Amino acid sequence: MKNFKLIIALVVFTSIVSCNNKRTPQVQYMPDMYESVPYNPNGADGINNAPVNLKPVAGTIARGGHPAYDIADTNEGYELAKTTLTNPLEATEENLANGKKMYDIYCATCHGTKGDGNGVLSQREKFSGIPNYKDRDINAGTIYHVIMHGKNLMGSHASQITYKERWQIVQYVEKLRTDLAK
Amino acid sequence: MKSVKLHSRLTKTLRISLTVLLFFAFSVSSFSQEIDEARQKEGKKLFKSLCASCHKLDKKLIGPALAGIEERRENDWLKAWIKNNAELRASGDADAIAIFEEYNGSNMTAFPQLSDKNIDDILYYTTVGELKKKEVVADNATGGSVSKASAPEWLIYILAAAIVVAFLMIASLLKQVSELKGNTKIESQSNLKRDLHELWQGVKQNTFLKVLSTIFLLLIGAYIVFGTLFKVGVDEGYQPIQPIAFSHKIHAGDNKIDCQYCHSSAKHSKHSGIPSVNVCMNCHKNISEVAEETVVDMGDGYVLGKEELDKEIAKIYKAAGWDADNLEYTGETKPVKWVRVHNLPDFVYFNHSQHVTVQGLKCQKCHGPVEEMEELYQHSPLTMGWCIDCHRETKVDLKGNEYYAKVHEQLAKKYGVEKVTAAQLGGMECGKCHY
Repeated sequence: MKNFKLIIALVVFTSIVSCNNKRTPQVQYMPDMYESVPYNPNGADGINNAPVNLKPVAGTIARGGHPAYDIADTNEGYELAKTTLTNPLEATEENLANGKKMYDIYCATCHGTKGDGNGVLSQREKFSGIPNYKDRDINAGTIYHVIMHGKNLMGSHASQITYKERWQIVQYVEKLRTDLAK
Repeated sequence: MKSVKLHSRLTKTLRISLTVLLFFAFSVSSFSQEIDEARQKEGKKLFKSLCASCHKLDKKLIGPALAGIEERRENDWLKAWIKNNAELRASGDADAIAIFEEYNGSNMTAFPQLSDKNIDDILYYTTVGELKKKEVVADNATGGSVSKASAPEWLIYILAAAIVVAFLMIASLLKQVSELKGNTKIESQSNLKRDLHELWQGVKQNTFLKVLSTIFLLLIGAYIVFGTLFKVGVDEGYQPIQPIAFSHKIHAGDNKIDCQYCHSSAKHSKHSGIPSVNVCMNCHKNISEVAEETVVDMGDGYVLGKEELDKEIAKIYKAAGWDADNLEYTGETKPVKWVRVHNLPDFVYFNHSQHVTVQGLKCQKCHGPVEEMEELYQHSPLTMGWCIDCHRETKVDLKGNEYYAKVHEQLAKKYGVEKVTAAQLGGMECGKCHY
């Protein structure tokens, strides 16, 4: 009597254990409501095994977007940005607050929360030689230019932040720089 | 005869003196290789803070590798170049212009603030390089990983032992039953089939046992059926093998990179997308290999060391079309086929920006302790009940939303609360998520 139960309990136990495979997804009820039937042109396989739409169509602007940044990633471009670009946003508290928020996400890991080049990655010696903002001759134009194109080891951060957020960051970096220079 | 003898003696003394001399010379030269640690340290500090953003000792980066630069260039030329390379170029120095052209005209920052001694210290560091570290750390690291990996095996052995013990108990019980039945031991080894048959007969004859075992069986059956049904479409704990062994623990945990640095679309869009490889390359252009002691424990005794992890980084380079030797993009890109972990069915609407930006929830609220995961798994069940539980509890922050101020006030009055929850704001209406 007892042993029969034991056998059943063991069978149940082993079946539960063996079903629990973390590497495969669970069975789905009516899977066509989970995964769309049409092929996915944005997927890795794309159309005819070639991914499509990896980049926006050349010469187009997204709704509510801004014209592409057309200053080239050269020394001349850097100088051009320095002399011609200005921040289109007003210097408001709101912009500054969001600039700080974005700076802490996208910049502070290397440049440090104060802009002294002593972020976590610098402390852990993953990146070294990150400059202190006050040691560099930068203005709004060059900061924006460097966010768009990167400089030396810094890569372009254009894909991660929007037009507005970039200029908000510019405002915040300028504030950090004046704070550091004090 | 005598002259020959003399000759041999002469050569002998000469040889001895030569060896002695050689020995001396050798010891003297090895003595001169002693490193002035203070100078090396000073130079290293300056190098790390000023030069390392563009130069490495052993590898080309933005600028050339600097190990042994003193052998290749004159000291005066180096000083002039470092203090103000633009000036040197303007003076028409052929070497300076050549190196500027070779590195695609990237401007090196001028360092007029460095004194001659500073520069000499830096150059000293580039010549002697790193001090050799003791190799105790590495040993410790491997020892630790071994003990870590063996932990789950223990559990398996214990389980196996428990199962064996259980089987032995069953066997002895079966034996006892057959003995009670009056079957004297005819065969020493019990026949399982026959015992089961006897058991079946015993249960059949006893009504109480019959009812009891039927109820028991039904309960177990119901448990299994419902257990299976409730698992349908619920992927809690799902941990697929990814094409690149990316460790969230190293990136988000140890290096404290914000979740949104890579998953930047979470703040404005419905999806929190997988970062494209250009975001990886923002850092990995520089970081082509992991630190010496890095270990990633993937569980199941599967531990990745430096050698394996460097290969994982090389996979990013392949995807991005980055030539790590010549430091340039080849243009041959290949998307990484990540395996999606969190997947809501198409009939549910979920918006990341609404939760991340508007409500300001931490990613960990739903995704669990990602910063501790070496290998990502699904932490939450992502079922409707789970969504609604949270909507019932979460108070909505209504500050700075004047447009709806009146509606919110009325809602608060209607429910008699100060702050409405997401559910009271309509977060439990079917049409909000299913349409």
